[in-house]
Amino acid sequence: MNWEFIHKYWPLYEKAAILTVRIGLLGILAAALIGVIAAFIRYRKIPVLNKIVAFYIEISRNTPLLVQLFFIYYGLPKVGIKLDAEVCGIVGLAFLGGSYMAESIRSGLESVDKIQHESAISLGLSNRQAFTYVIFPQAISTSIPGIIANVIFLLKETSVFSAISVMDLMFTAKDLIGLYYRTTESLFMLVVFYLMILLPVCILGSIVERRVRYAGFGT
Amino acid sequence: MPDLGLDVLFKGSNFLRLLEGLSEAAKISLIAIAISIPVGLLVGVLMTSKNIILKVLFRVYLETIRIMPQLVLLFIVFFGTTKTLGWKLDGETASIIVFSLWGVAEMGDLVRGSLVSIPKHQYESSKALGLSKNQTFLYVIIPQTVRRMIPLSINLITRMIKTTSLVLMIGVVEVLKVAQQIIEANRMSSPNAAFGVFLMVFLLYFVLCFVISSIAGMLEKRWS
Repeated sequence: MNWEFIHKYWPLYEKAAILTVRIGLLGILAAALIGVIAAFIRYRKIPVLNKIVAFYIEISRNTPLLVQLFFIYYGLPKVGIKLDAEVCGIVGLAFLGGSYMAESIRSGLESVDKIQHESAISLGLSNRQAFTYVIFPQAISTSIPGIIANVIFLLKETSVFSAISVMDLMFTAKDLIGLYYRTTESLFMLVVFYLMILLPVCILGSIVERRVRYAGFGT
Repeated sequence: MPDLGLDVLFKGSNFLRLLEGLSEAAKISLIAIAISIPVGLLVGVLMTSKNIILKVLFRVYLETIRIMPQLVLLFIVFFGTTKTLGWKLDGETASIIVFSLWGVAEMGDLVRGSLVSIPKHQYESSKALGLSKNQTFLYVIIPQTVRRMIPLSINLITRMIKTTSLVLMIGVVEVLKVAQQIIEANRMSSPNAAFGVFLMVFLLYFVLCFVISSIAGMLEKRWS
């Protein structure tokens, strides 16, 4: 292990890590938004839209992110939709993550007993109030473990962005291996940086999960 | 109507070549699954044992595999171990190693999860009925575990097939690589081939995974 090498290229990884986190964060936020909307449509069984969302979920869950990215990055410009690599990454992550989030949130919504809605209505709440103040908070607490698993999964998936020449951690590692043949050091830094990103999320996730479980919403 | 580059797919044996690429991806995941199922079963049963050292060891193994993106694992095995250990490893073998390690960990956890989920009274009732330990396992526990496990392990298979798209990055010629080659070869005659060819790859993966995951969904519904 050559520590000088590590010291010299550490900042390069830092920059790449920040990029990875930024794309990951934006993608996950967009995915969560898509997830909530899609789950709501599925839950309420809004005609037509329900079918479209079901189709989207199947498409997005049954294809790999790398293939989605290749299609967005190399295929779509041919029909006039040009996005730069970073935006592609965010769009791809949102497209993939949206369906996973939707499924987690929907299963949460469906776990809330019907009587909750009926009681809310009989207390004089409007349909919308019943959903936002009664159903949704309870649903989220059951969805949290699934959502956390999705966040970790999506953060890990960001590693494929190097294939569409986003200068992320994988890209940096591969570059350094190719340039200097310092395989051990480059891979070591790669692992360290991924751990620095993923470990806190995992630990935070399990803490949140425990808290929510103790909160004892629902049944 | 703009040129979508779909014509390239029907030129010569291009479509066949894409399918060949897909079968390469399927081959890697099938071999990995064939290794992970028996080994994963063993690991899963061992994980429920009361031996603390064994438990901790497998836990560490599982979490290490889980926390790292698969692409990082592929890089470590393909670039890292060849450098430090000095052996020769082609991309295909490296990916089979990584997918097997991953599969064993996930399978082991699935088996452990379903074994633990069998309520205690099942063991107790079998004992009360006079079944021996082996009989309990064979006739009571295993049938129930298998039912819980099969849909979940089919999901693992689709996850694995989807993840095989990553082996492109360590130089294995699979469906995405073939697609790139086809696009490159037809750059002059149909400049828009990227759209049609990548769309086809997208659809191929979709059909393959959709069929498999539908089977899992059906089994889950029937056995729940």
